[in-house]
Amino acid sequence: MARGIKDKVAILGMGCSKFGERWDSGAEELMLEAYKEAIADAGIDAKQLNAAWFSTAIDEVHVGKSGIPLSTTLRLPNIPVTHVENMCASGTEAFRGACYAVASGAADFALALGVEKLKDTGYGGLPGGRGGPLQALWSASGTAPGNFAQLATAYMTAHGVSADDLKKAIGHVSWKSHQNGAKNPKAHLQKAVEMDTILNAPMIASPLGLFDCCGVSDGAAAAIVTTPEIAKALGKANIVSVKALQLSVSNGSESGHNSWDGSYFHTTRIASKKAYEEAGIKNPRNEVSMFEVHDCFSVTELVTMEDLHISETGKGWKDVLDGFYDADGKIPCQIDGGLKCFGHPIGASGLRMLYEMYLQLQGRAGARQLKDPKIGMTHNLGGAPRENVSSVAIVGRYE
Amino acid sequence: MVGIVAYGAYVPRLRLNRQAVYDANKWFAAGLRGLAKGERSMANWDEDSITMAVEASRDCLTSHKAEDVRNIYFASTTHPFKDRQNAGVIGTALNIEQNLLASDVAGSLKAGTSALIAGLNASKSGDATLVAAADKRMARVASANELNYGDGAAALLCGTENVIAKLVGHHSVSMDFVDHFRGEDAEFDYGWEERWIRDEGYSKIVPPAIKAALAACKLKGSDVTHFIMPSPMPAVPKQMAKICGVAEGAVRDLLGANLGDTGSAHALVMLVDALETAKAGDKIMVVAFGQGVDVLVFEVTAENAKLAKRKGLSGWLARRKEEKNYMKFLAFNEMLPIDKGMRAEFDKKTALSVLWRKRDMIYGLVGGKCKVCGTVQFPRSQVCVNPNCHAIDSQDPYAMAGLEANVMSFTADSLVYSPDPPGYYGMITFPEGGRFMADFTDSDKEQVKVGAKMRMTFRIRDNDTMRGGFKRYFWKAAPV
Repeated sequence: MARGIKDKVAILGMGCSKFGERWDSGAEELMLEAYKEAIADAGIDAKQLNAAWFSTAIDEVHVGKSGIPLSTTLRLPNIPVTHVENMCASGTEAFRGACYAVASGAADFALALGVEKLKDTGYGGLPGGRGGPLQALWSASGTAPGNFAQLATAYMTAHGVSADDLKKAIGHVSWKSHQNGAKNPKAHLQKAVEMDTILNAPMIASPLGLFDCCGVSDGAAAAIVTTPEIAKALGKANIVSVKALQLSVSNGSESGHNSWDGSYFHTTRIASKKAYEEAGIKNPRNEVSMFEVHDCFSVTELVTMEDLHISETGKGWKDVLDGFYDADGKIPCQIDGGLKCFGHPIGASGLRMLYEMYLQLQGRAGARQLKDPKIGMTHNLGGAPRENVSSVAIVGRYE
Repeated sequence: MVGIVAYGAYVPRLRLNRQAVYDANKWFAAGLRGLAKGERSMANWDEDSITMAVEASRDCLTSHKAEDVRNIYFASTTHPFKDRQNAGVIGTALNIEQNLLASDVAGSLKAGTSALIAGLNASKSGDATLVAAADKRMARVASANELNYGDGAAALLCGTENVIAKLVGHHSVSMDFVDHFRGEDAEFDYGWEERWIRDEGYSKIVPPAIKAALAACKLKGSDVTHFIMPSPMPAVPKQMAKICGVAEGAVRDLLGANLGDTGSAHALVMLVDALETAKAGDKIMVVAFGQGVDVLVFEVTAENAKLAKRKGLSGWLARRKEEKNYMKFLAFNEMLPIDKGMRAEFDKKTALSVLWRKRDMIYGLVGGKCKVCGTVQFPRSQVCVNPNCHAIDSQDPYAMAGLEANVMSFTADSLVYSPDPPGYYGMITFPEGGRFMADFTDSDKEQVKVGAKMRMTFRIRDNDTMRGGFKRYFWKAAPV
């Protein structure tokens, strides 16, 4: 394994817009909302930025291609701006680009900004009709809920979990995120929901009901990164540094080879293992203080907690029902409300997760503040269980 | 000896209850009460004459190799394409292209028998010839046709070896007797008075043609064991038989009670029905009326009893689901301006260049088999999918349409646009190797389960109505 970038990069400042159905804002306004907070938090001038990474996932319904939309909106000083897209992992990809630029010495200050403006399509759910001309001829006419619902059927089959037990466990996943989201003023959904309401909600794609699915939100999030040395020189205390950044991408074996049973994320297992190595984490269940994982659907979160090697394979549903991941549990998960309640503007989501980890590690999370967290881990999954990109980031206090 | 060497049929799974149709329309057309009994076949939203003909052809080829077929004739009055060879789509779906003459036969309800005559003549040289006929007929709301019509297909393989029904002779007359017509711009048939059709049409055109055919075959009417003659007027075939000396008991049932009149396919559908139980020595007369008349006479041979088992008409008729929802029938046939929502608006433009490059994959469901590790995979790719192999350029084409698959995971999706929600789809795995996420069709909650066995079926995937109705076809999984 390569040497990695542990403690070579520090987060200097972060910002995050209010997420939600932002009928008042286009992508440009959202980008600026996140950027203003980040640059003020970093305490530097825009002219000091050496490079920027700009993430979106469905830019054809808002900003379009290239780095120009970011550069123009922020009036950046003609620095390199790279537009990245890797589905739901796009935000973490922008962060990875910025971190690698700093770690390599190519940049002293780099900006990562992700945005998604989805609520200009005229209909609910994610915009459809993407994919190339060959895919259009044969790929099943699926939606995101339909693809992830199959994770649930395969998980039940693989581990002999009854439909009832699974429904309760994934219901608890969403219940917990609603409890957390209620304490977050920037969250899209800020209302706690009763278990009965969750369990009896209309079916979207069986067995996933309405509350098993995250909503579609507008929003933006940004990070400015530098080296820990520069951060110290700027007088920063409570420095948060990057411990690991890993990405694993499917190569078609899950979707095309009969060795995968559909019940887990092959890529997440690989990315998280590499991330623990890079960060020097031996026993993640004891060492990680908190998680923000990709709960696009309740069942995704449940299975992900196994693939991040926290819950035992096939037993994650029991940990969930035991409250292990609740705000007052052993390792709180989605303390900011998660994709489920904070929202999921795709290109911004990875950066939004890091924003919460950063606030928590600096003791600035307000009503949601956890007691003395040391290591935070984020996870994004783009695509479908059978074919995806899985990104993992670990951040922590710089000692 | 030239004749029929194999047969096959196809009937869509849904059967529309005629009483339900009548109940919806009786306020307007009370006179249809007499027709409000039994059921008619009803194509699923993803079926048309091409998909039904492909299914009937596959059924027919249960006992024969598709690659031996040298000619395909496809008869229909509802070919999905006016200019694009419909028979050629069937050929590609059956993975036959080289050394193949494909031809569409259309324009009349006797197109099926005309195609059969052409097919029998073409196979005299020994070339195996596939004759497929299918119709998905449209009828106006609250019309008698709506109740009488059915959707279905038949296929017959003609040849000279192991003939199950020898061609004894045939006779045709062609005259422009317009009992009904459908002009270029029309969706529905326009017909003249039935009594005139009976008295001036059937009665004056059919008996002389039958008599001429009998004379050419050196047979008497009483020699005919099975008399096949589709007609919208059930009494007419009996009258024609009587005039020609054919016994009343020989007149075959019109299959109106549970199928309906399948148009240009119907004479061949009825012939398949007869062949399923016909005995050696039986004489079968097939009569089809439509701007003239075709008459064919066959003699069943001892080979018929030896033909490998297939679904046939009886098998497909037995696979059945009653449909009492007349609104669904109207919606499936685009006769109801239903609010499909914005998700139905996505552009369905097909890159014809991609379709051409990948036609064996898309129309033939041909995957790959790795020469190095033996892994079967779909789609065929340049680098083997087996994580322990990844050999490059190692795959031979591997046809998968005939393989059974198992459901690994599935969902019933209420968000995706489907003309028949919820949309069922899931990961299917083939025991030989290979898997893909497939749309399901002809599926119900009760049938779709993890581990359920699925059969691949050729269906409409999308219809590009923005460009005049280019239909995309691909394979879907249906419960066995």
